[in-house]
Amino acid sequence: MIDNKVTNILMAGVGGQGTLLASEILSEVLMQAGHDVKKAEVHGMAQRGGSVVSHVRFGPKVYSPTIPEGKADILFGFELLETYRYLSLVKPNGAVVVNNLRIAPPSVALGQSRYPDDIATKLRQHVSDVRVVDGLQLAEQAGNPRTVNTVLLGALSNVLEAANEQWLAAMRKLVPARFLDVNLRAFELGRAVKD
Amino acid sequence: MQKTVLSGNEAFARAAFEAGVMVASAYPGTPSTEILENIIQYDRIDASWAPNEKVSVEVAIGASMGGARALVTMKHVGVNVAADPLFTFAYTGVRGGFVLVAADDPEMHSSQNEQDSRNYAKFAKVPMLEPADSQEALDFTRLAFDLSEKFDAPVMVRSTTRLSHSKSVVTLGEPLAELPQTGLKRDPAKFVMLPGNARVRHPVIEKSLEELAEWACDQPFNRIEEGTGEVGIITAGVAYQYAREVFPEASILKLGLVNPLPKRLIREFAARYKTVYVIEELDPFIEEQVRAMGISVVGKEKVPLCGELSPGRLRQAFDLEEAHAPLATESLPPRPPNMCPGCPHRGVFYALNRLKAFVTGDIGCYTLGFMPPLSAMDSCICMGASVGNATGLAKVIGDEEQHKVVGVIGDSTFLHTGINGLIDMVYNKSKATLIILDNGTTGMTGRQDHPGTGYTLKGNEAFRVDLEGLCRAVGVEHVTTVDPYQMEETRLAIESAMKTPEVAVVITRRPCVLIKHDVLEKKAPLYVDVDKCTGCKACLKIGCPAIEWQPADGDGARGVAKVDRLLCTGCGICEQLCKFEAFGVCND
Repeated sequence: MIDNKVTNILMAGVGGQGTLLASEILSEVLMQAGHDVKKAEVHGMAQRGGSVVSHVRFGPKVYSPTIPEGKADILFGFELLETYRYLSLVKPNGAVVVNNLRIAPPSVALGQSRYPDDIATKLRQHVSDVRVVDGLQLAEQAGNPRTVNTVLLGALSNVLEAANEQWLAAMRKLVPARFLDVNLRAFELGRAVKD
Repeated sequence: MQKTVLSGNEAFARAAFEAGVMVASAYPGTPSTEILENIIQYDRIDASWAPNEKVSVEVAIGASMGGARALVTMKHVGVNVAADPLFTFAYTGVRGGFVLVAADDPEMHSSQNEQDSRNYAKFAKVPMLEPADSQEALDFTRLAFDLSEKFDAPVMVRSTTRLSHSKSVVTLGEPLAELPQTGLKRDPAKFVMLPGNARVRHPVIEKSLEELAEWACDQPFNRIEEGTGEVGIITAGVAYQYAREVFPEASILKLGLVNPLPKRLIREFAARYKTVYVIEELDPFIEEQVRAMGISVVGKEKVPLCGELSPGRLRQAFDLEEAHAPLATESLPPRPPNMCPGCPHRGVFYALNRLKAFVTGDIGCYTLGFMPPLSAMDSCICMGASVGNATGLAKVIGDEEQHKVVGVIGDSTFLHTGINGLIDMVYNKSKATLIILDNGTTGMTGRQDHPGTGYTLKGNEAFRVDLEGLCRAVGVEHVTTVDPYQMEETRLAIESAMKTPEVAVVITRRPCVLIKHDVLEKKAPLYVDVDKCTGCKACLKIGCPAIEWQPADGDGARGVAKVDRLLCTGCGICEQLCKFEAFGVCND
């Protein structure tokens, strides 16, 4: 599925979901796999519960830290609506790995608009490879609901070429020791999700 | 040397360590904040939060006078606050190397304007380097300290959000083994800027800038990447990355030093091409100076002046592709930023809304009090402005309206530049009211300590400014402190302050829900008893992300409220608004 020299992963979610560690591990793995890597995200006001995207790019040489519009190879979503919102930025032959989580935006919470129905089906109408991950359920199965992002990384690892050992090494380096075991379990559970 | 992935901000911090910096000072500001937060891993650097950017620059100037290398970091608008000492420090020059990292925020991801700091370098007559990735953030900042000492000048380094908050691969350098010798060294003719001394210094710095511009023409930080074709591109900073991506074959003059410009090099480069593009983010800073050299270029008539650049925007600008058409999906509910569940500011803005106050706001998370359904903010200009804005507004309106004017400011912002405004309020007998939202931290930038928290940047205990005492010391007679989780008490305190004919201050004190130091009382989440909920929607009026309307029919007019127990912090504000006792506490 990867047809150009630089591969682009667009991460989409809700500010405050704590996607930072996931993108750190991802960048570390890609660097260890021998790629040039760039990652771009936003902090501050942009993070307060609003719609956020991060960009991860890797290849022999990466220039722009942000992904050219419409050129994402992988859309890595932490929440359904936010994944759907950025769907047009992913190539039709790309992949979507999405957390099966719904967080109501303000207008929905106030009863002024509706959360779109059946987003997974809508994603599949535009992109053939869509993997919906029950992040929270698998994280609880791993032993800690806070490992959702690691579960999602496990699922993402199936659409990237890095070796399992490189993922484990990155987690050993970046995850605090007391949370390592539960995160390794979470990663394995995510990696078992194939579609 | 070791290869690692660093953000621009982590690379700036590493550069300070490698360059032998002894003193680093800053006030937090997105996107610059993480530089100081990362610097504390290097024990030999005395790193601290200053109450504002002006103080941080003055502290660093002092360190430089003592012979040490010193770093200050700030967001673009922080340079406005720091400009006063900076402009005159340009005249005196340094003893130990001095570097100011200014982090711009094109696109205003987390800012109130998108001013271009390169103008400051030219205006203040200080050299400025502009790195394009984390490796250059490290290399250029080290270089900046060398330039500072070689050319006897404070040196600015410009960052942007896409540098500070982007990560890329960096090869680390060796730190200086020995720090510079420090000690008192008198040099009043250089450092005492009386007119007589300043008149001597001004021509010195003009000459020095000319020498730097000429010397820089032959330095590797200004480089030509040879390409093919008849177009040559002049660019700098992150804009270089977009230019390189969009024009992979073109010749590029990549400037590392953006002030002063290396004019001879630019002239030589431009002479080789039929067409020269200048690709830069925000203002036509390079473009205007190159045009003034008599060179015709293509610049802002094509490249957007507002917002940040991207490969797509650049391709569009040069007609290389159509605008990217979004998919024809349904219109999606927007997701603007919002205060966190359990945020202590929420109840205050609810009260201000009910009291129909005219609220002059300030910079912080609480600026989100503007958002519906709270909708209780009428202005927001800059750090500390709420206080002076309230004073001025109350001067020009009638008695009846005067009492509606309420300034709202956070604790960190109050100590930054709000206190001066309060002194003026009392001194000049304002009738406006001030609310200090004391959440015990600098919230928006990620919870940094300040002089009112009792802790330093390095986590050591410090004297904690007594806000009530401070207000009384400047002459405020009516100071009331309330817990903003107590809705009725909060509303009454604000109402009473608004009615008071003299200056009144209400301090709403409750720690930020995300705070680090205070061990917050963990409360069980709430739930809605659907049998008691009448669907009156009173609890929705606080805009809490943990409460969601559950429509019972097609148009959503009828229904019940539901609490998301994973998000709810049990603050109880919604419960106090419910007339039907429909909220209960989860006991499991």
